[in-house]
Amino acid sequence: MNEGLYKTIQFKQPNYIGDPINAVKIFNEKEADELVVLDITASRENKGINYSKISEIAGEAFMPMGYGGGVKSLDDAKKVFDAGYEKIIINTAANENPDLLGKIASVYGSQSVVVSIDAKLNWLGKYQVYINDGTKKINRSAAQVALAAQEAGAGEIFINAIHKDGTWEGYDEALIKKVADAVTVPVIACGGAGCLEDFKRAVTAGASAVAAGSLFVYQKKGMGVLISFPSSALMV
Amino acid sequence: MIAIIDYGLGNLTSVLNMHKRLGIEACISADQNVIAKADKLILPGVGNFDKGMQNLHNTGLTTVLNQKVLIDKIPVLGICLGAQLMTRQSDEGIEPGLGWVNADTVRFMFAPGDNHKVPHMGWEDVHFVNPSPLWKNAVVPSRFYHVHAYHFKFDTPQLITGTCTYGYEFACAFQNENIFGVQFHPEKSHRFGMTILENFAAL
Repeated sequence: MNEGLYKTIQFKQPNYIGDPINAVKIFNEKEADELVVLDITASRENKGINYSKISEIAGEAFMPMGYGGGVKSLDDAKKVFDAGYEKIIINTAANENPDLLGKIASVYGSQSVVVSIDAKLNWLGKYQVYINDGTKKINRSAAQVALAAQEAGAGEIFINAIHKDGTWEGYDEALIKKVADAVTVPVIACGGAGCLEDFKRAVTAGASAVAAGSLFVYQKKGMGVLISFPSSALMV
Repeated sequence: MIAIIDYGLGNLTSVLNMHKRLGIEACISADQNVIAKADKLILPGVGNFDKGMQNLHNTGLTTVLNQKVLIDKIPVLGICLGAQLMTRQSDEGIEPGLGWVNADTVRFMFAPGDNHKVPHMGWEDVHFVNPSPLWKNAVVPSRFYHVHAYHFKFDTPQLITGTCTYGYEFACAFQNENIFGVQFHPEKSHRFGMTILENFAAL
């Protein structure tokens, strides 16, 4: 999206954080274990993958990289791997073309295929799954989508709680549990982390790994941009 | 000048950028003349063994490499596929390797019922089993990012400098005089990888 880094709240009000290259350099210094680059409007705007930009970003990184955003074919995946990424993250295409997951996994290994699921808690107290950057509803539960993805070849599931995104309120642990209970592959939780304690809670709920946005790009809730990452000493 | 060899496989930019970050002079080159004049060589690589060997042959680089490494004895560091190409052969393909070490490259084999997935992908502690200039000042334990389906298998343990455990213990680093090889990716292992590249550059 305009080649900048943006942080949203509940997938709305994109706030400009800065240039991705600068962010990568900071995460290098902070020794982040893995970095994921997501082009959130690629599927919705149907613009194709910006290979030159993402190559540039990968070239700057001193840790393994994942890329997601508009990957729709084995050829797209190949070009992304060639651009310097270890993992591909697929959301919209996993629902529209589930065979794609197995195709990529058979060439590159299932560990290189991550399926990302965006879910929002609706007023009926049910989790509604969306694709296309939160704009299109699909009629399956997050757990069903996760299980189908695992069976189709995904090596990891990334579950993102839309209603928690950017709120600092903590993860949606019930959602994490529903998804983690449905699959045997690792589940990465995202959406809502407000403090390091939230990471522990997400893991207790069944997450194998945790991801965060606001926590790592803002100084504090409601305050300015400050990219950070906890030191390994803090993360025991 | 360290020449990072471009034979069409692998992401060289991170390797180059890590050198830049460390203030070490390095360049990426596919040019035989540049490579022939280098003080040290890095042979990176991600991809298929046979394609790797074929690319080296088709570009004429095999001859230059054998000269520089076996005769001139300049230091060379192989990374991932680059290191595997230094072995005699690989289960992955039919081409003979460079044969610079008494080892083959074999696929990970796990007993039925064993859940370990192939490729092995992730951060792993490396045990320094034999001294090596690459381990100088290295933090213990050091962890490095691995992503591979095949690993080295040595006839005898003398050349093995580092091992890793994934289901079973396997060699992930070796040294044969001026020839160094690592299975992991220093350029994806931030400060742990920087130590390796710094030590190699300081040889």
